[in-house]
Amino acid sequence: MAQSKATDIRSDLDIVIARTMARDMAKSLGFGAIDQARIATAVSELARNIFLYANTGTVAVREVERNGRKGIEIVCNDQGPGIADIDTVMQDGYTTSRGMGMGLPGAKRLMDDFVIESQPNIGTKVTCRKWRM
Amino acid sequence: MESLRIPILKIGDVLIASIQVALHDASAVQFKDDLLQKISETKARGVIVDLTALDVVDSFIGRLIADIAAMAGLMGTRVVLTGLQPAVAITLVELGLELPRVLTALNLEKGLAMMQRLTEESSDGAI
Ligand SMILES: Nc1ncnc2c1ncn2[C@@H]1O[C@H](COP(=O)(O)OP(=O)(O)OP(=O)(O)O)[C@@H](O)[C@H]1O
Ligand SMILES: [Mg+2]
Repeated sequence: MAQSKATDIRSDLDIVIARTMARDMAKSLGFGAIDQARIATAVSELARNIFLYANTGTVAVREVERNGRKGIEIVCNDQGPGIADIDTVMQDGYTTSRGMGMGLPGAKRLMDDFVIESQPNIGTKVTCRKWRM
Repeated sequence: MESLRIPILKIGDVLIASIQVALHDASAVQFKDDLLQKISETKARGVIVDLTALDVVDSFIGRLIADIAAMAGLMGTRVVLTGLQPAVAITLVELGLELPRVLTALNLEKGLAMMQRLTEESSDGAI
Protein backbone atom coordinates (compact mmCIF):
# COMPACT_ATOMS: atom_id res chain seq x y z
CA MET A 1 0.00 0.00 0.00
CA ALA A 2 1.20 3.53 -0.78
CA GLN A 3 2.47 5.34 2.27
CA SER A 4 0.93 8.59 3.47
CA LYS A 5 1.38 10.71 6.57
CA ALA A 6 0.43 14.16 7.79
CA THR A 7 1.25 16.46 10.63
CA ASP A 8 -0.11 19.75 11.94
CA ILE A 9 2.10 22.82 12.11
CA ARG A 10 1.50 24.86 15.24
CA SER A 11 4.97 25.67 16.54
CA ASP A 12 8.59 25.74 15.44
CA LEU A 13 8.98 22.23 16.87
CA ASP A 14 6.45 20.98 14.33
CA ILE A 15 8.74 22.23 11.53
CA VAL A 16 11.34 19.71 12.71
CA ILE A 17 8.68 16.98 13.01
CA ALA A 18 7.41 17.64 9.46
CA ARG A 19 10.82 17.57 7.83
CA THR A 20 11.83 14.45 9.74
CA MET A 21 8.61 12.75 8.62
CA ALA A 22 9.35 13.67 4.98
CA ARG A 23 12.96 12.55 5.20
CA ASP A 24 12.01 9.20 6.75
CA MET A 25 9.48 8.53 4.02
CA ALA A 26 11.92 9.62 1.30
CA LYS A 27 14.47 7.22 2.73
CA SER A 28 12.01 4.35 2.85
CA LEU A 29 11.08 5.06 -0.79
CA GLY A 30 14.72 4.61 -1.78
CA PHE A 31 15.80 8.22 -2.26
CA GLY A 32 19.52 8.78 -1.80
CA ALA A 33 21.15 10.99 0.82
CA ILE A 34 21.26 14.13 -1.32
CA ASP A 35 17.61 13.86 -2.36
CA GLN A 36 16.64 13.18 1.26
CA ALA A 37 18.37 16.42 2.24
CA ARG A 38 16.69 18.31 -0.62
CA ILE A 39 13.24 17.01 0.34
CA ALA A 40 13.71 17.67 4.06
CA THR A 41 14.98 21.18 3.37
CA ALA A 42 12.08 22.02 1.06
CA VAL A 43 9.61 20.80 3.71
CA SER A 44 11.42 22.86 6.34
CA GLU A 45 10.98 26.00 4.21
CA LEU A 46 7.31 25.37 3.47
CA ALA A 47 6.42 24.40 7.04
CA ARG A 48 8.17 27.51 8.35
CA ASN A 49 6.18 29.67 5.96
CA ILE A 50 2.98 28.14 7.35
CA PHE A 51 4.11 28.86 10.89
CA LEU A 52 5.27 32.42 10.08
CA TYR A 53 2.51 33.64 7.79
CA ALA A 54 -0.56 31.52 8.58
CA ASN A 55 0.26 30.43 12.16
CA THR A 56 -1.20 26.98 11.63
CA GLY A 57 -1.67 24.47 8.84
CA THR A 58 -0.80 20.96 7.78
CA VAL A 59 1.96 19.15 5.92
CA ALA A 60 1.02 15.88 4.22
CA VAL A 61 3.51 13.53 2.59
CA ARG A 62 2.69 10.58 0.38
CA GLU A 63 4.13 8.12 -2.03
CA VAL A 64 3.13 8.72 -5.66
CA GLU A 65 3.74 7.00 -8.96
CA ARG A 66 3.75 8.28 -12.53
CA ASN A 67 4.61 6.29 -15.64
CA GLY A 68 6.06 3.59 -13.45
CA ARG A 69 8.30 6.03 -11.62
CA LYS A 70 8.11 6.33 -7.85
CA GLY A 71 8.08 9.66 -6.15
CA ILE A 72 7.17 11.60 -3.05
CA GLU A 73 4.53 14.31 -2.88
CA ILE A 74 4.36 17.03 -0.25
CA VAL A 75 1.19 19.06 0.22
CA CYS A 76 1.30 22.07 2.54
CA ASN A 77 -2.03 23.63 3.35
CA ASP A 78 -3.07 26.61 5.40
CA GLN A 79 -6.01 28.92 5.89
CA GLY A 80 -3.82 31.97 6.37
CA PRO A 81 -3.73 35.34 4.61
CA GLY A 82 -2.97 33.84 1.21
CA ILE A 83 -0.70 35.23 -1.49
CA ALA A 84 -2.00 37.86 -3.89
CA ASP A 85 0.78 37.73 -6.46
CA ILE A 86 2.43 34.35 -6.79
CA ASP A 87 4.98 35.45 -9.43
CA THR A 88 6.31 38.07 -7.03
CA VAL A 89 6.80 35.73 -4.06
CA MET A 90 8.60 33.24 -6.31
CA GLN A 91 11.37 35.77 -6.97
CA ASP A 92 14.64 35.24 -5.13
CA GLY A 93 14.93 37.76 -2.35
CA TYR A 94 11.28 38.81 -2.09
CA THR A 95 10.20 38.82 1.55
CA THR A 96 7.61 40.52 3.72
CA SER A 97 9.22 39.32 6.96
CA ARG A 98 12.84 40.46 6.66
CA GLY A 99 13.72 36.89 5.77
CA MET A 100 15.96 36.17 2.84
CA GLY A 101 13.12 35.55 0.44
CA MET A 102 14.74 32.25 -0.31
CA GLY A 103 12.19 29.75 0.97
CA LEU A 104 9.77 29.42 -1.95
CA PRO A 105 12.16 29.83 -4.90
CA GLY A 106 14.71 27.65 -3.08
CA ALA A 107 12.17 24.90 -2.36
CA LYS A 108 11.16 24.99 -6.02
CA ARG A 109 14.77 24.45 -7.10
CA LEU A 110 15.13 21.53 -4.68
CA MET A 111 12.01 19.71 -5.93
CA ASP A 112 10.96 18.53 -9.42
CA ASP A 113 7.31 19.70 -9.58
CA PHE A 114 6.17 22.74 -7.65
CA VAL A 115 2.72 24.40 -7.71
CA ILE A 116 1.28 27.12 -5.51
CA GLU A 117 -2.44 27.75 -5.34
CA SER A 118 -3.50 30.63 -3.17
CA GLN A 119 -6.29 33.12 -2.65
CA PRO A 120 -6.07 36.17 -0.43
CA ASN A 121 -7.91 35.62 2.86
CA ILE A 122 -8.64 32.00 2.03
CA GLY A 123 -5.30 30.29 2.25
CA THR A 124 -2.39 28.73 0.47
CA LYS A 125 -1.69 25.27 -0.84
CA VAL A 126 1.73 24.27 -2.07
CA THR A 127 2.09 20.91 -3.81
CA CYS A 128 5.52 19.64 -4.73
CA ARG A 129 7.00 16.35 -5.87
CA LYS A 130 10.34 14.73 -6.26
CA TRP A 131 10.80 11.71 -8.56
CA ARG A 132 13.22 8.92 -7.93
CA MET A 133 16.05 8.46 -10.40
CA MET B 1 8.95 26.57 25.36
CA GLU B 2 12.27 25.89 27.00
CA SER B 3 15.03 25.61 24.47
CA LEU B 4 17.92 23.21 24.59
CA ARG B 5 21.23 24.92 25.25
CA ILE B 6 24.19 23.98 23.08
CA PRO B 7 27.37 23.81 25.17
CA ILE B 8 30.18 26.14 24.13
CA LEU B 9 33.68 25.10 25.18
CA LYS B 10 36.71 27.34 25.43
CA ILE B 11 40.12 25.91 24.58
CA GLY B 12 42.90 28.50 24.65
CA ASP B 13 41.48 31.47 22.83
CA VAL B 14 39.18 29.43 20.62
CA LEU B 15 35.53 28.62 21.30
CA ILE B 16 34.14 25.31 20.13
CA ALA B 17 30.47 24.42 19.82
CA SER B 18 29.24 21.13 18.46
CA ILE B 19 25.59 20.98 17.46
CA GLN B 20 24.39 17.48 18.26
CA VAL B 21 20.62 17.73 17.96
CA ALA B 22 18.13 18.84 15.32
CA LEU B 23 17.78 22.57 15.93
CA HIS B 24 14.37 24.11 16.09
CA ASP B 25 14.17 27.83 15.53
CA ALA B 26 14.07 28.94 19.16
CA SER B 27 17.07 26.85 20.16
CA ALA B 28 18.98 28.08 17.11
CA VAL B 29 18.38 31.71 18.07
CA GLN B 30 19.36 30.92 21.66
CA PHE B 31 22.59 29.40 20.36
CA LYS B 32 23.41 32.51 18.34
CA ASP B 33 22.83 34.74 21.36
CA ASP B 34 24.85 32.50 23.68
CA LEU B 35 27.73 32.30 21.22
CA LEU B 36 27.93 36.04 20.59
CA GLN B 37 27.72 36.68 24.33
CA LYS B 38 30.55 34.22 24.94
CA ILE B 39 32.67 35.81 22.19
CA SER B 40 32.33 39.22 23.75
CA GLU B 41 33.03 37.90 27.26
CA THR B 42 36.09 35.86 26.34
CA LYS B 43 37.43 37.95 23.44
CA ALA B 44 38.02 34.64 21.69
CA ARG B 45 40.06 34.94 18.51
CA GLY B 46 38.25 32.14 16.80
CA VAL B 47 35.05 30.11 16.89
CA ILE B 48 34.56 26.62 15.48
CA VAL B 49 31.01 25.42 14.98
CA ASP B 50 30.78 21.71 14.26
CA LEU B 51 27.71 20.75 12.25
CA THR B 52 28.43 17.04 11.72
CA ALA B 53 25.12 16.00 13.26
CA LEU B 54 22.95 18.41 11.26
CA ASP B 55 21.12 16.73 8.41
CA VAL B 56 19.21 19.84 7.35
CA VAL B 57 20.40 23.43 7.03
CA ASP B 58 17.52 25.47 5.72
CA SER B 59 17.35 29.22 5.02
CA PHE B 60 16.67 29.96 8.67
CA ILE B 61 19.74 28.17 10.01
CA GLY B 62 21.75 29.31 7.00
CA ARG B 63 20.98 32.93 7.73
CA LEU B 64 21.76 32.43 11.39
CA ILE B 65 25.19 31.05 10.51
CA ALA B 66 25.82 33.96 8.15
CA ASP B 67 24.76 36.38 10.92
CA ILE B 68 27.06 34.72 13.44
CA ALA B 69 29.98 34.98 11.01
CA ALA B 70 29.24 38.63 10.24
CA MET B 71 28.81 39.67 13.88
CA ALA B 72 31.81 37.66 15.07
CA GLY B 73 33.81 39.28 12.27
CA LEU B 74 32.93 42.71 13.62
CA MET B 75 34.34 41.64 16.97
CA GLY B 76 37.56 40.43 15.31
CA THR B 77 36.73 36.74 15.72
CA ARG B 78 37.13 34.21 12.89
CA VAL B 79 34.45 31.56 12.36
CA VAL B 80 35.14 28.14 10.88
CA LEU B 81 32.35 25.63 10.20
CA THR B 82 33.27 21.98 10.35
CA GLY B 83 31.61 18.70 9.43
CA LEU B 84 29.06 20.06 6.96
CA GLN B 85 27.68 16.87 5.36
CA PRO B 86 28.12 16.78 1.56
CA ALA B 87 24.35 16.43 1.02
CA VAL B 88 23.76 19.45 3.23
CA ALA B 89 26.39 21.53 1.42
CA ILE B 90 24.90 20.67 -1.99
CA THR B 91 21.39 21.48 -0.77
CA LEU B 92 22.52 24.83 0.63
CA VAL B 93 23.90 25.90 -2.74
CA GLU B 94 20.78 24.75 -4.60
CA LEU B 95 18.61 26.55 -2.11
CA GLY B 96 20.51 29.70 -3.07
CA LEU B 97 22.62 30.12 0.03
CA GLU B 98 26.36 30.07 -0.46
CA LEU B 99 27.74 31.49 2.79
CA PRO B 100 30.54 33.23 0.88
CA ARG B 101 32.23 34.69 3.95
CA VAL B 102 32.22 31.54 6.04
CA LEU B 103 35.27 29.29 6.17
CA THR B 104 34.74 25.55 6.28
CA ALA B 105 36.88 22.54 7.15
CA LEU B 106 36.21 18.83 6.75
CA ASN B 107 36.18 17.97 10.44
CA LEU B 108 36.90 19.35 13.88
CA GLU B 109 40.57 18.39 13.76
CA LYS B 110 41.15 20.13 10.43
CA GLY B 111 39.08 23.06 11.66
CA LEU B 112 41.35 23.47 14.68
CA ALA B 113 44.44 23.36 12.47
CA MET B 114 42.91 25.97 10.15
CA MET B 115 42.04 28.18 13.09
CA GLN B 116 45.58 27.88 14.40
CA ARG B 117 46.97 29.10 11.07
CA LEU B 118 44.46 31.90 10.80
CA THR B 119 45.08 33.29 14.25
CA GLU B 120 48.86 33.05 13.82
CA GLU B 121 48.71 34.87 10.50
CA SER B 122 46.62 37.63 11.89
CA SER B 123 48.92 38.17 14.87
CA ASP B 124 52.03 38.22 12.60
CA GLY B 125 50.42 40.52 10.13
CA ALA B 126 49.13 42.99 12.69
CA ILE B 127 49.15 46.51 11.35
N1 LIG C 1 1.88 30.13 3.44
C1 LIG C 1 1.96 31.44 3.15
N2 LIG C 1 0.91 32.28 3.39
C2 LIG C 1 0.99 33.59 3.10
N3 LIG C 1 2.07 34.20 2.58
C3 LIG C 1 3.15 33.44 2.32
C4 LIG C 1 3.16 32.02 2.60
N4 LIG C 1 4.36 31.54 2.23
C5 LIG C 1 5.08 32.58 1.77
N5 LIG C 1 4.36 33.74 1.81
C6 LIG C 1 4.80 35.07 1.35
O1 LIG C 1 5.82 34.89 0.38
C7 LIG C 1 7.00 35.60 0.76
C8 LIG C 1 8.22 34.85 0.28
O2 LIG C 1 8.32 33.60 0.98
P1 LIG C 1 9.74 32.89 1.08
O3 LIG C 1 9.61 31.67 1.89
O4 LIG C 1 10.28 32.75 -0.31
O5 LIG C 1 10.66 33.97 1.82
P2 LIG C 1 10.61 34.44 3.35
O6 LIG C 1 9.79 33.49 4.14
O7 LIG C 1 10.16 35.86 3.36
O8 LIG C 1 12.13 34.36 3.76
P3 LIG C 1 12.99 33.01 4.02
O9 LIG C 1 12.12 31.84 3.67
O10 LIG C 1 14.18 33.12 3.11
O11 LIG C 1 13.37 33.06 5.44
C9 LIG C 1 6.90 35.74 2.27
O12 LIG C 1 7.64 36.83 2.75
C10 LIG C 1 5.39 35.91 2.47
O13 LIG C 1 5.01 37.24 2.22
MG1 LIG D 1 10.12 31.41 4.02
